[in-house]
Amino acid sequence: MSLAINKPRPDTMVQMTFLDALVQAQIEELERDERVIVMGEDIAVYGGGKLVSRFDERRIWSMPISETSFTGVGIGAAMTGLRPIVDLSIASFMYLASDPIINQASKLRYMTGGQVKVPVVFRCCMYYGSSLAAQHSDRPYPQFLNVPGLKIISPTSPADIKGLLKSAVRDDDPVLIFEDTKLWPVKGEVPTDPDHLVPIGKAEIKRAGSDVTVVAIGGAMRLAMDAAKDLAEEGISIELIDPRTLKPLDMDTIMASVAKTGRLVLVENAHRVANLSSEIAALIAEEGFESLKKPIRRLCAPDVHVPFSPALEQHVFPGKAQIVAAVKGLM
Amino acid sequence: MSLTKGRDSETYRRMLRIRKFEEEGTRLYKAGKIPGAFHASIGQEGTIVGACIALCDSDAMTGTHRSHGHPIGKGAELKALMAELMGKATGICKGRGGSMHLADNSVGIIGESAIVGGGIPLATGCGLSAKVRQTDQVCLCFFGDGAVNQGTFHESLNMASLWKLPVIYLCENNGYAITTSIARSHGQPNIAKRAEAYGMPGIAVDGQDVREVYKATSEAVARARRGDGPTLIEAKTYRFDEHQVGLFIPGTPYRHAEEVETNKKLRDPLLLFRRALLDTSFSEAELHEIESSVVAEVRDAIQFAEASPFPPASALYDYMYSNPILYPPQGATSAV
Repeated sequence: MSLAINKPRPDTMVQMTFLDALVQAQIEELERDERVIVMGEDIAVYGGGKLVSRFDERRIWSMPISETSFTGVGIGAAMTGLRPIVDLSIASFMYLASDPIINQASKLRYMTGGQVKVPVVFRCCMYYGSSLAAQHSDRPYPQFLNVPGLKIISPTSPADIKGLLKSAVRDDDPVLIFEDTKLWPVKGEVPTDPDHLVPIGKAEIKRAGSDVTVVAIGGAMRLAMDAAKDLAEEGISIELIDPRTLKPLDMDTIMASVAKTGRLVLVENAHRVANLSSEIAALIAEEGFESLKKPIRRLCAPDVHVPFSPALEQHVFPGKAQIVAAVKGLM
Repeated sequence: MSLTKGRDSETYRRMLRIRKFEEEGTRLYKAGKIPGAFHASIGQEGTIVGACIALCDSDAMTGTHRSHGHPIGKGAELKALMAELMGKATGICKGRGGSMHLADNSVGIIGESAIVGGGIPLATGCGLSAKVRQTDQVCLCFFGDGAVNQGTFHESLNMASLWKLPVIYLCENNGYAITTSIARSHGQPNIAKRAEAYGMPGIAVDGQDVREVYKATSEAVARARRGDGPTLIEAKTYRFDEHQVGLFIPGTPYRHAEEVETNKKLRDPLLLFRRALLDTSFSEAELHEIESSVVAEVRDAIQFAEASPFPPASALYDYMYSNPILYPPQGATSAV
């Protein structure tokens, strides 16, 4: 009979949006572990209403507009027995929060010789492409890639946001989630299993292929999927990789794919100077140079601020046509 | 209010431990045995120990870059602290923190922050955690007069007041943020008065009088445990040494030599407390016994630290992440 107990439960799936999966993951973690709390500004808005109605005020903390300090409060709470999810809302506010994230959360485990741990999750939402102008349109994860001690994830599917957010909450290190809000309405199959975990540090091959490796990050993934479909009709086979975790990066998966295809296109919406594509390109140049048949191509936002006018902003972020053109240019 | 003899004895012992530990540390620093920067809290022992002695062992604490006194005040053993100053593998932070970060978690310290004002939100988070966990733990938050002008002070005290968090904000006001005096940096020089704006009690005490600091902190701790919220205590103290041992500051002195000498002579918290103890319940012999045992403790700590090994290069990546399978990253071996 013990075999029956150990049998995994039926892996049922339901259709839901990325945003619903995100909220469901938080509800399930709040229910599973009373050390989990949620902190943030205007917490009842943008899906948080379900959290507020379900849990009492000791679990859901509505924050004053004090991003620097409430980030530090989350870190202090994490160091003394809680597992906070700190909602930093718009990613441009990360700069105010960056001192405690970098100087305290990322460093204290190391600086104390392992005496403390900092199990805190930061949610940062990237809202570009919506005429919000430069102070509300940032995609600031590259700055944080340069910080040792952090883990950084940017899932692109409803199942992955559920599974990776849960892994983040259960992790003993600080984890930053960069959510591309363009993905919030995207629907997908999500496991109902409350212990559905996607491991931090593992990439996923979204589509197997043999001609060109395309690595797409965050919101660029949807465009890359569409591009891969179009290219397949023209007989070009794309291997599409979603790193899912940006730090620590699963280079083994990317390296193995490039060894097979010999061609690499990197697509992301962060500015091109010292972003994740730069790092992947550098690592391929150092350790996978012999595999390359053609130069690496990077498609990113240029080194210019995000403008307000739609007439200008439409030229900032790489689109499907550019991905298709970049791939064809390597054939 | 008079402290009990046992507490007086422990208070004097901890103050003296800080003094002797730092006198010897200064000597070793000048001799090149301690790397980095060395910020002594000599002169501020009354403030540190007076506040710490009002806590329970299970209470939490945060401190500053002037970090040596805080763990000692909270009751830490000296050996691992001295080894840390020397960058040894047996150091309290395994040689990864050093002089500005002597955090000993075994006595409740969650961090000694060398980012001025950086510990204030952490202490506030500890207060929030105590409230969520429904314990009677309080957090003592040390910071200096310079940190009062950081945004984290304003933001954190507002939140602590809003949610009545069990935090004691203790400002070690030694009059100078490195070389910048209160007069040159505070539009309103009365730090305790700032509490009123946040709706919490603000109390100014003589930080050189350990009993006065103890009394004010005890009341703040009781208030916090009752669920009545935070208190801001401004302890007016004085740093006897330079901001950092051996620091050369060019130009016109920011404080007069006579000011330093007068404080050393008339406002030394150890001399003041020793005199008070002799006037009340202690004999010269009893104090001698404490003094010689502290000297021996510091000597043992130095012996332990000097005999300890440095961490090996292979340990560079230790304590980075909770799950080391992910580390070191690609390229790490070629980069080192």
